[in-house]
Amino acid sequence: MINLHWLYVLAGAVFAGFAIGSLRDETNCKRWGNAAFWLLLAGSFWFGDFLGDLGNGILVLALVGIAGMHFIGRGSKESTTADERQRSSERHGNRLFLPALIIPFTAFVGTLLFNYTPLKGLNLIDPKAVTLVLLGCGVIIALVVSHVWLRPPALAAVDEGSRLANSIGWAMVLPQMLASLGVIFAAAGVGTTIGAIVGAIIPEGSILLAVILYALGMVVFTIIMGNAFAAFPVMAAAIGVPILIHADGGNPAVIGAVGMLAGFCGTLMTPMAANFNIVPAALLELKNQYGVIRAQVPTAIPLLIVNILILYVAGFHL
Amino acid sequence: MINYWPLLGIALVVIGFALRFNPLLVVASAAIVTGLLGHLPFLKVLATLGHGFNENRYVTIIWIILPVVGLLERYGLQEQARTLIGSIRGATAGRLLIVYLAIRQILSALGLTTVAGHPQTVRPLVAPMAIAAAEKQHGELDGETSERVKAMSAATDNVGLFFGEDIFLAIASILLIQGSLASFGIQLTPFQLSVWAIPSAICAFLIHGTRLLLLDRRLGRRK
Repeated sequence: MINLHWLYVLAGAVFAGFAIGSLRDETNCKRWGNAAFWLLLAGSFWFGDFLGDLGNGILVLALVGIAGMHFIGRGSKESTTADERQRSSERHGNRLFLPALIIPFTAFVGTLLFNYTPLKGLNLIDPKAVTLVLLGCGVIIALVVSHVWLRPPALAAVDEGSRLANSIGWAMVLPQMLASLGVIFAAAGVGTTIGAIVGAIIPEGSILLAVILYALGMVVFTIIMGNAFAAFPVMAAAIGVPILIHADGGNPAVIGAVGMLAGFCGTLMTPMAANFNIVPAALLELKNQYGVIRAQVPTAIPLLIVNILILYVAGFHL
Repeated sequence: MINYWPLLGIALVVIGFALRFNPLLVVASAAIVTGLLGHLPFLKVLATLGHGFNENRYVTIIWIILPVVGLLERYGLQEQARTLIGSIRGATAGRLLIVYLAIRQILSALGLTTVAGHPQTVRPLVAPMAIAAAEKQHGELDGETSERVKAMSAATDNVGLFFGEDIFLAIASILLIQGSLASFGIQLTPFQLSVWAIPSAICAFLIHGTRLLLLDRRLGRRK
């Protein structure tokens, strides 16, 4: 059965490739730092299960040290000039989109095949890993197709991958680091503490105030944790179930579903949701690392108000 | 007695992010401080951090896509995305992003959340197309405006994903809601929950769509 470990081997190889590509960029004075960073990450993917928890902890400190001391950075080498890219795009035309669409297409077809056909029962792929395995397959197919069609130089994919990787830099591992912070938060009891604080300030008697507190609690907790999933069980235990559902008789399906969506409004506003908010800023080479969040706040706040209204009206008056 | 000290770790994150220290450094420091204040010994904190990092490696797998995106960019993918949008009459940045928002919401509602995303579609396709359309409306873009159009492209992807995915029955967040409420003895089916994601999804489309139309107006005005 294909499981996550197959992908870890593949991902380790890609990160090792980033290390090689980084070293090949002689215009970059930080190339050794870059190479060390990607090599450590490759090591984590290949050998993480054999290092032990403490070994992995030390590996994390090394990664953080390299990034925190600014030993990594982007180079200035461009493999092709703007003119060459323009001419290449004129020569290949819209067919250039085909390899780019292979990855989403593989995800699409694969998801359908493994959810709605007898393939589902064959246990070919670990169900928990299906989306990532399909991503891996898509990447491999797209790489093969583009090599056969475009015939790039042998190490072009390595060079281009590391060019992008180094322009994103530390942001690439930030989501994983935040997930580990979540594990520490849980071990130190942060969630229960916040739940206890929120639970202690419940207003008596007003359903609307309780609804607002529930939604704002979801938002604030999500902003802190970067993830509505961490907030939901805590807020459900503190307000959602005892006050809104049991004491005030709210519709549990609305309280549950729309409460989570109120939390998603918080996700739009927090740098802690790095993979949605910080990583794209790096990926699109924005000057302001909070540029994406700034663009989202004016959508998030009215949407939060709407969600509070839905909670109140549909939860208690329909 | 509840121990409130670990909350200092949260304060550390807020301050560190606000002062724009390297986020990896901020998060790692906050993790260690929180653990120590939660009465875990240092080596235990380090081991917990390492364990968490190792268990969450799957979060970082998405980046195996970079060699493909980089390779196609080398052959002019972004340029072609611009050419394509330039050839469509009436294409504006706002309209393009509204169409993308609708597609992203619908695909997510069908459970196809990984079909699109920042590395898969926004960087190679959506953002360059939005920039090209904005240039058609506005002429040459100054740094601030092109930054704004790119940021709105990323924002549109997020809004489409967040306010589409919960309509799908088997998505993690719906299962989490179901599981959390079940632990209090409240039994719901995923269908009962996901139906209630629809009103918010429609409102998200209307609110964000309106903002995209306003973006068009601003782009048109500054010409």
